[in-house]
Amino acid sequence: MQAVIDFFSFSDPNIRYVVLGSMLLAASSAIVGVFIVLKKKALIGDAVSHSVLPGICAAFLFAGNKNIPLMIIGAFISGWLAIVIIDFITRNSKIKKDAAISIILTVFFGLGVVMLTHIQHSGYASQSGLESFIFGNAAALIGNDVIVFSIIAIILVITVITFFKEFELTAFDEPYAKTLGLPVSRLELLLTTLTVLAVVTGITAVGVVLMAAMLITPAAAARFWSDNIRKIVIISACFGAFSGLAGAFISYMAPAMPTGPWMVVASSFIAFFSFFFAPKRGSVFLWWNKRQHLKTTDEENILKIFYQLGEPSGYFEGEYSVSKLMEKRTVGQDRFKSALNRLKGQNLIERVGEDWLLTKKGMKESARIVRLHRLWELYLTKYMQMPAHKVHENAEMIEHVLTPELEKELEIQLGFPDRDPHESVIPRI
Amino acid sequence: MISFWIILTGALVAVSAGLLGCFLVLRRMSMVGDAISHAVLPGIVIAFLISGNREPLTILIGASTLGLVTTFIIEYLHKKAKVQGDAAIGVTYTFLFAVGVILLSLFAGQVDIDQDCVLYGEIAYVPIDTLITASGMNLGPRPVYLLGGLLIVIVSFIIFFYKQLSLTAFDPGFATAIGISTVLWHYLLMGLVSITTVVSFQSVGAILIINFLIGPPSIAYLITRSLKRMLIYTVIIGILIAFFGYQIAAYFDVSVAGCMAVTTGIIFAACFVYTSYNSKMKKKDIVMTQIPQSAETV
Repeated sequence: MQAVIDFFSFSDPNIRYVVLGSMLLAASSAIVGVFIVLKKKALIGDAVSHSVLPGICAAFLFAGNKNIPLMIIGAFISGWLAIVIIDFITRNSKIKKDAAISIILTVFFGLGVVMLTHIQHSGYASQSGLESFIFGNAAALIGNDVIVFSIIAIILVITVITFFKEFELTAFDEPYAKTLGLPVSRLELLLTTLTVLAVVTGITAVGVVLMAAMLITPAAAARFWSDNIRKIVIISACFGAFSGLAGAFISYMAPAMPTGPWMVVASSFIAFFSFFFAPKRGSVFLWWNKRQHLKTTDEENILKIFYQLGEPSGYFEGEYSVSKLMEKRTVGQDRFKSALNRLKGQNLIERVGEDWLLTKKGMKESARIVRLHRLWELYLTKYMQMPAHKVHENAEMIEHVLTPELEKELEIQLGFPDRDPHESVIPRI
Repeated sequence: MISFWIILTGALVAVSAGLLGCFLVLRRMSMVGDAISHAVLPGIVIAFLISGNREPLTILIGASTLGLVTTFIIEYLHKKAKVQGDAAIGVTYTFLFAVGVILLSLFAGQVDIDQDCVLYGEIAYVPIDTLITASGMNLGPRPVYLLGGLLIVIVSFIIFFYKQLSLTAFDPGFATAIGISTVLWHYLLMGLVSITTVVSFQSVGAILIINFLIGPPSIAYLITRSLKRMLIYTVIIGILIAFFGYQIAAYFDVSVAGCMAVTTGIIFAACFVYTSYNSKMKKKDIVMTQIPQSAETV
């Protein structure tokens, strides 16, 4: 418990460094990640994060010790080179993008591993620090390093803010951006550069293997909470910062734990939660919506049966048994009966003994649905040139989703008609 | 003798993975292979913890199941939860790999795998793990037998079901029309990829296996248009990679699996330069033969 208090009071300057550093880098890569995800280039992030390894090792071999600025430069060059080669291969051969990414990723990573084993076997004195680049160790963020990484993170954020409009346009509508005269390919290059920079900032804390997740996971999660790109960017940054905090906290509590995997697990939980429970887009929400829609469909179909049974005689207050009503429908008995009960709850039908009949309100509602059905049928034959015998099935679906506004519009378009294509009367309310 | 066993192991991994990889490359699913290879890590660790490092078969089944589960999760996120395809892959496998690394550091003492092994395997230690009969006869390294058995399974799978595999890869619509279930063959293929990853894990690690899955088939894909030749070339390239990769590694005293990946890169670069040079020459030929013709008509 004391440790938790120590951590969150931030009294220790080291903790301050680690926490600030991890949150800043996680947030900045999450911001860049939004554009990567929107451009459907998530796997490029994967390629870059694996490909920086040889650059880091080369810098280490060159300097002979853990020289952070040199390593950043090395990582930047090799990550950037990897993207350029992937692009070159896909443009100049029949190799598809996915295969090109896989090959370059593993060849670069393999080269990194070769250099890493070379360093290990030749027994450099300070090689221990190199290990933390692979799975990340936020505790390795100290003093000057934090300042270096923070500067890069701030550069990232400022660049994204400056070119926000341009990135937004190219992400959603590249051809349009081109016609506006935006330098699309140069913007692409800038985004690539930002991606590599974001990966480079994260390598100390998250490690090269899992850095891809810090780019794309918060962004993919944020996509589920909004359709507005500004909001997505802000949400993504918050998710990123939170996972950074969580990762730093866990590796403070258990120093033997690598930070990177915990950050990734934290942001993955946020992502999976978003995929399922986000309002409007989450799958639980969608499932609930679908269920509600099925229910209203069932109810409206029953009301229609009452109307159809009463139509020949023009008397809509008739009482019918469940079996009589079910002759017209193919849904199961349980579903049918529970829909009847729901209708009763809404005061649309009444029960008399074993039989059911429409209330005044129910009559109006049933006429409304039949009216929508027939208006739509007429619209299809008149404007879509569909033959009359084919329009029924489509109208069966559309009748449940037409709004009053659309109903009015249809009437105006069709000139307030009386009869549908099958010569049945379109009821008026 | 030691170098023979290491090269043999490498070649077995490269050939088994490469043969399956041909179909991944053709289906444009390389990244799913990548995802599976990362995601079996937690499966391997958990299976190790439960079985206590004693029964290879339990580990094999347990860990391969997780590979299949990964494919299910990716499909589910993509189709049902409407996560865009590339993000679904990226989120799923990084999560599972992170869980694997965490489990490794939690149970560091109890599991006989370290982080280096995850990254690039320990093919150099393969000859130590020998199979000795009750009478004390040395039959060679255990992984070689496991990989050999796997290769036989994969080769017979491809030979017996060649029609189904090639049809579902090239023309899924037609395959479905004549009654071949694309879903079934998709999961059978992914299941074999998972098993291969798990069996090869000790030798080449979770990350570099993707090099053996995608590297040789892509090189073969560059130089031929026939599936049968692509499979044969993949085998040859796989063996070459294992041989030269080991030679380089032995010379410089570095990671064998890493060197095999670098060798793949070199061979790929050579073939890439060769094929693009060739196609440029062909284009030139066409231009050269066209000019006099048009001159005549004028």
